[in-house]
Amino acid sequence: MSMSWPTDSFTRAERRALAQPDRATGPAKPQWLTLGAWRNTALGAGGLLALLVLWWLGTDVLASPDGFIRHFSPTTAIPKLIVLLSGPDLPVHILVSLRRVLVGLGLALLVGVPLGLAIGSFQRLNSATSPAFQFLRMISPLSWMPIAVMVFGVGDDPIYFMLAFAAVWPIVLNTAEGVRRLQPAWLSLASSLAATRWETLWHVILPGVLGHVLTGLRLAIGIVWIVLVPCEMLGVSAGLGYFILDTRDRLAYSELMATVLMIGLLGFLLDAGARALYRLATRSHAA
Amino acid sequence: MTQLAFHTSRHEALALETPVLQARDVALRYPGQSRATIEGFDFALAPGETVSLLGSSGVGKSSLLRVLAGLQSPTSGTVTMNGAPLDGVHPRVAVAFQDPSLLPWLTLEKNVAFGLDFKHQPKQSRTESEARVEMAIREVGLTQSRRKFPAELSGGMAQRTALARCLARKPEILLLDEPFGALDEVTRTEMQHLLLKVVRDFRTAAILITHDIDEALLVSDRILLLGGAPASVIGEWRIDLPKPREDFIAELGAIRVDILSTLRDTAPRRAA
Repeated sequence: MSMSWPTDSFTRAERRALAQPDRATGPAKPQWLTLGAWRNTALGAGGLLALLVLWWLGTDVLASPDGFIRHFSPTTAIPKLIVLLSGPDLPVHILVSLRRVLVGLGLALLVGVPLGLAIGSFQRLNSATSPAFQFLRMISPLSWMPIAVMVFGVGDDPIYFMLAFAAVWPIVLNTAEGVRRLQPAWLSLASSLAATRWETLWHVILPGVLGHVLTGLRLAIGIVWIVLVPCEMLGVSAGLGYFILDTRDRLAYSELMATVLMIGLLGFLLDAGARALYRLATRSHAA
Repeated sequence: MTQLAFHTSRHEALALETPVLQARDVALRYPGQSRATIEGFDFALAPGETVSLLGSSGVGKSSLLRVLAGLQSPTSGTVTMNGAPLDGVHPRVAVAFQDPSLLPWLTLEKNVAFGLDFKHQPKQSRTESEARVEMAIREVGLTQSRRKFPAELSGGMAQRTALARCLARKPEILLLDEPFGALDEVTRTEMQHLLLKVVRDFRTAAILITHDIDEALLVSDRILLLGGAPASVIGEWRIDLPKPREDFIAELGAIRVDILSTLRDTAPRRAA
């Protein structure tokens, strides 16, 4: 009996191409190059533009000529933002705020990832901690403020504590979920190669949960950025939250609105950064 | 115990050599279970020999393989490799499962190299392990795809990669747990031929777990039929025919009939 030896069976992409011959022209484009992706980007940009127009209509076109709300119009806020960004103050406040976010997230990762690994690995620990975490998670981080100041003193430390406290939950929960979703085959592989516990953790478990950790991190960034501003309104003399109150006290309303705009812009960029990081880390997994 | 013809001098020669792997009176009973999974399993694997453990699903084949691989200690009895008791996973025993178990964040090449630098593996230089990886990938014919990620590989290519990962260890014994079970017929035949080539090129002994009688007939020097509960060997056949064996359908057919009738004869005993 003679055997024909096909060099290899088909890859998934080839099978898809075979199933839909009319679409099988040339190599597949990366997702961001496809028509659908462009359309979504255009729609998103249109939505942002609509928001800007609404803002402008509400504070400028439709506002009464001597209305107080005119102080918050984009026609003054946007030029003011450019002036502020080239001045000495705002960049410093931005850097202070970003540093707090980074330290808070770093602490949350440091505590949250090992905790999540442990909870994901031991079902009993999960059962024991789950209600307690749900309880702690629902306490607004800001309500810890007086206690945090009494314990950690005035300055950055209580802010780090509150940010880390706010950020740790999505990281713990997502890391634990990542551990539960690890493929048993990967762990069998590690034991069949006589991997030590440490090697299994470092080469299989950590890379295996990375995607989930980054999802948790992205949620944490969203929470931290929202909690940051009110945190900075209490007992510190730098940061975007402080600067908001400062502009109010100086009656510099266009600066206030410019800072609000800046907060939104930075949050948007942080989230985009987190998403890019996630895509980068999981790019090889997608078929 | 059923014994069939095809005894030859070659097999008698094989039997005289020191076995690479030997199991003596192995029993396995999982805690909390009233009945043992495996009982009274005696087995010796000669160097370079390919043995199939054939049995229906759920008979305990995979548990047995885990014991032979050192992944699971037997409840009683001993497993020795080259005369020394097998204490955990031996670096020169390579295991492949039905799931190719490729890590999706590593390229094909890195997947093949995976674990070569683990603490319990023999120490070797970077160039040495790179050479081994390259050789293993060439052996399974995937040199062109070595920078691809698992998501870009077909099922057959993934299983070849898993086989290459075994080969990079220069194994003395290959343990294969239904490695081709999830593949289509054509890819499966390719993989069976590849296995024959690998066993020949690497002079490795192999144990293949399968529930496919034809697969066992095509690749093995010896077939052990497992049956009963607890499982034990209910039949043994030596096949001394040159490989590949597609030209010996008549001879294989006779053994096939014999295996099937042994299975049928033991069925009532299993039910009792």
